[in-house]
Amino acid sequence: MSSPSPSTVAGGPEHRAGPQGAEAAAYADAAEDRADAVRRALAEDLDAGFIQLFETYQAPLFSTALRVSGRWADAEDLTADAFLRAYRALGGYPPERIAALRPRPWLVTILLNGWRNRRRSAARSPTVPLESAPEPVDPGADVASIVAGRETGAELGVLLAELSEPQRVAVVLRHVAELSPAEIAEVLGCAEGTAKSHVSRGLARLRTLRAERGDPTDSTDSTDSTDSTDSTDGGAR
Amino acid sequence: MMTDRTLGPPEEPDTTTGPDARLGAELAGLRVAPPAGLRERLVARWVRVPGPLGELLLASTEEGVAYLRPADDEEGFAAGFRQRVGRPLEPGTRPPAGVLPALRDPARAARGVRFDLRVLTDFERDVLAAARRIPAGQTRPYGWIAREIGRPRAVRAVGSALGRNPVPILIPCHRVTRSDGELGDYVFGGAAKERLLRGERLDVDRVRELTAAGVRYLGSDTTHIVCFPTCADARRIEPGHQVGFGDMAAASRAGYRPCLRCRPAG
Repeated sequence: MSSPSPSTVAGGPEHRAGPQGAEAAAYADAAEDRADAVRRALAEDLDAGFIQLFETYQAPLFSTALRVSGRWADAEDLTADAFLRAYRALGGYPPERIAALRPRPWLVTILLNGWRNRRRSAARSPTVPLESAPEPVDPGADVASIVAGRETGAELGVLLAELSEPQRVAVVLRHVAELSPAEIAEVLGCAEGTAKSHVSRGLARLRTLRAERGDPTDSTDSTDSTDSTDSTDGGAR
Repeated sequence: MMTDRTLGPPEEPDTTTGPDARLGAELAGLRVAPPAGLRERLVARWVRVPGPLGELLLASTEEGVAYLRPADDEEGFAAGFRQRVGRPLEPGTRPPAGVLPALRDPARAARGVRFDLRVLTDFERDVLAAARRIPAGQTRPYGWIAREIGRPRAVRAVGSALGRNPVPILIPCHRVTRSDGELGDYVFGGAAKERLLRGERLDVDRVRELTAAGVRYLGSDTTHIVCFPTCADARRIEPGHQVGFGDMAAASRAGYRPCLRCRPAG
């Protein structure tokens, strides 16, 4: 397997979606601090540093895997596989490469490579179809939290799965993996404008799909205090 | 969701407050907590265990035992593990089920011990699986393993696969010896191999005497069954009824058939 080159993910400080203004800047700073702590830990001790890398990024990486692959069991495999490959790659990195590492886009790059490889081999051997395998309940996780996690935005998750692949991947990288448009472009190996356009077209498509379905989110999302006309308007826009 | 979902002005194209931002915040709500068992799927845990030749370091993953080395070289253990298995290594609290009894008593043949041999090739796994079937206190030649796994010509490759055994002692590659009666190489050295075999009550000296006399197979003139000399059945043949053979063709010509337990051939 090819390991991702750091040059594809090197660049400026991490930019983050999320709250705007000062809050967003503080958020981006915190993210950069975490990345910095991981780099320092890795430089000091590969194994201990890797555990810190894992603990810092397992949540965004798993969520990304889940929304890209669309299946819980695949997401577990893909995430575990990506971290394992990351560990094995790190073992061969010289110190300067670790110092320049930007963990989040680097890990997402490895994850997407693994996902593409896996799909390719699944296509080659139709005896082990990814799509028809039963989805096991994760025995290690709290069942209530899984259910809650899966029901949160379940409808949106379904719509997301209907996007074309480039749009879905771009939207997931932007809003689930929290990569900046520049990072998305680096991860996907495309121009930043292309990345941005995939994201905005993906979002537009999601709104269209939601409008076509009559915006069912309001009937299921009881925690939402917004009145239904707002959302319906939003869906039509 | 804590996001403010009230809409901006209808024509607002600004992505920081417009529908894109609101939808983006909803999408952020699709983030889920990762499954609790993810870390254990990645890491290996190491412990010290007593072994027949002294203390051992043993690393295991969720799948089973992955790596075993003498405890006198911690750095070599970590480096070897990283190179051979390539997983983050953390201290563990106890070895996997079955390991301690298997190390105490070789006759248990590590039954019930699970191994993680995912980094090996299919061929290497086949070789080790065949080696596991050799009972304690007995030996088989490299060629026997090659035949058992359906690759009779791959004798040399069998030797290298055994030399790369990541879990010696538990997978008893020390029970595979040269067909000329010499014990052959071992990951921990030839002397360790001999000590392990003697510890399993193999009469190494008698095996050497037999091979020196050109005997590589032992038959019984009452049953007309021929065995490897270390087979439990061969050891039960009374001295007056033992018939030695240098090769299986001679045994076959004399009307002997191979033992179904130790399966000598060739």
